[in-house]
Amino acid sequence: MAGAAASGSSRLTLEAVFREERGLLLAALVRRFGDLDLAEEVTSEAIEAALVHWPAEGVPPKPGAWLMTTARRKAVDRLRRDQAYAARLAVLQVEAERTGPAQPFSEGGLPDERLQLFFTCAHPALPAEDRAALTLRCLAGLTTPEVARAFLVPSATMGKRIVRAKNRIRTLRIPFRVPDAAELPGRLPGVLQVVYSIFTEGYAASSGPDLQRLDLAEEAIRLARILRRLLPGEREVAGLLALLLLIHARRDARTGPDGDLVLLDDQDRGRWDRAMISEGAALVVTALTGGPPGWYGVQAAIAALHDEAPDVASTDWPQIVALYDVLHGLAPSPVVSLNRAVAVAMRDGPAAGLALLEELADEPKLREYSPFPAARGDLLSRLGRLEEAAVAYREALELAGTEPERVHLRGRLAAEG
Amino acid sequence: MKYLMLINASLDADGAPTGCSTPEEWMLFDKSLKEAGVYVGGDSVADFTTAATVTVDERGERLVTDGPFAESREVLGGYFVVDVPDLDVALDWAARCPGSRDGGSIVVRPLAGYEG
Repeated sequence: MAGAAASGSSRLTLEAVFREERGLLLAALVRRFGDLDLAEEVTSEAIEAALVHWPAEGVPPKPGAWLMTTARRKAVDRLRRDQAYAARLAVLQVEAERTGPAQPFSEGGLPDERLQLFFTCAHPALPAEDRAALTLRCLAGLTTPEVARAFLVPSATMGKRIVRAKNRIRTLRIPFRVPDAAELPGRLPGVLQVVYSIFTEGYAASSGPDLQRLDLAEEAIRLARILRRLLPGEREVAGLLALLLLIHARRDARTGPDGDLVLLDDQDRGRWDRAMISEGAALVVTALTGGPPGWYGVQAAIAALHDEAPDVASTDWPQIVALYDVLHGLAPSPVVSLNRAVAVAMRDGPAAGLALLEELADEPKLREYSPFPAARGDLLSRLGRLEEAAVAYREALELAGTEPERVHLRGRLAAEG
Repeated sequence: MKYLMLINASLDADGAPTGCSTPEEWMLFDKSLKEAGVYVGGDSVADFTTAATVTVDERGERLVTDGPFAESREVLGGYFVVDVPDLDVALDWAARCPGSRDGGSIVVRPLAGYEG
């Protein structure tokens, strides 16, 4: 930790270094005080103090413990000054049951209490958009302007949204606790969904003009890794992390030199991240071993088959079709049926796939979904039905949401002549 | 922390509740609330469609109407007030309430607790 604390860029680096500690510290203080606002305030103050003291005096031997002591002292000061606040917190403390097994300590000397904060931030009584923002703020340790940038909204808007979400937690008294074994199966999917939505948000953006948002995908992976450490026995957590890694492994091949979208079929597989693929593939095995398959585990298995194939032709399409059948059994959706039809086209030929697509034509959910006409266009073109293919591509072009997607479709349309 | 549980009953086209929970189920729920020491109050409406509404305008005139009518399929069927540590516990009780099944729903709202 060299350099002056207050100087711009080095300070930003220092704050990034504190991201992990920020989440740990916040969670530990929430557990202790039962109040998110107080915990956030003193977490920030403790990190602020570290930014001043550490560069001058050196990093203490147990940085986490130093931060925790500093934050607790600041919390006590705050409660001494504000007796009414202290009284309210005391009532909360008496009412809430703050018992539970002691959590393992992280390397920096902070107890890891983040799991309960995950469940609070992903609570179904919060609006879905707030869950992702709050999780990034409290657990990924992003500042409010960083969260705002990630979602492409003004800082002030995001600030209001986070305040609103915190008010909701306080007013409804959404607890800071890990659901017990009986509740966990009902609540864990909500937490996984938040992390997955942060990831997909990052991806939607990475095909837009603002490549900076790719960070969001990396934050989602970091959150999934934390969850994996906290819930090592939950196979769907392994499945989620696997899925994110196996998709993110293709990030460099996803865009061409001009920033345009490159579809899976056309990607330069030499640019895929092999280390990330093998980590993801190993997690798929964990996710699909020892019990019935889960949604993330099966999705990850499909991604792994793509990632491990040298090219499109030698991809294990029969296995992919079989996995889509499993997925359909778990959570039927028109999008799953669409993807299955495309896999069937690869296994049995374009006519077989097209027949399945025609069956989906009346699905309301696919009516405005550009990949549907785009897939039809592709199969029609492979069958030599070029005029119909052009009609389908034009339909897809009208529905396409991002510019790179439109560029790709215009290319396909032009190729039809 | 006190929570109000508003029980919305789902009615069929004839105005009859779609649910088939029995009086015994309601009595059992009531009893379990009391035994757990979380019961503060509760009752059900005498009739799903009978109500009168009053509003006082800026001149102090009282306006009484014979509504609201059950225009939607969901009508207020009753309420409970429970005193529990947090929202999750309140939601657990709401989920155990017979009114949460058969198309019915329970709206859970924290109360300000002014009565001290």
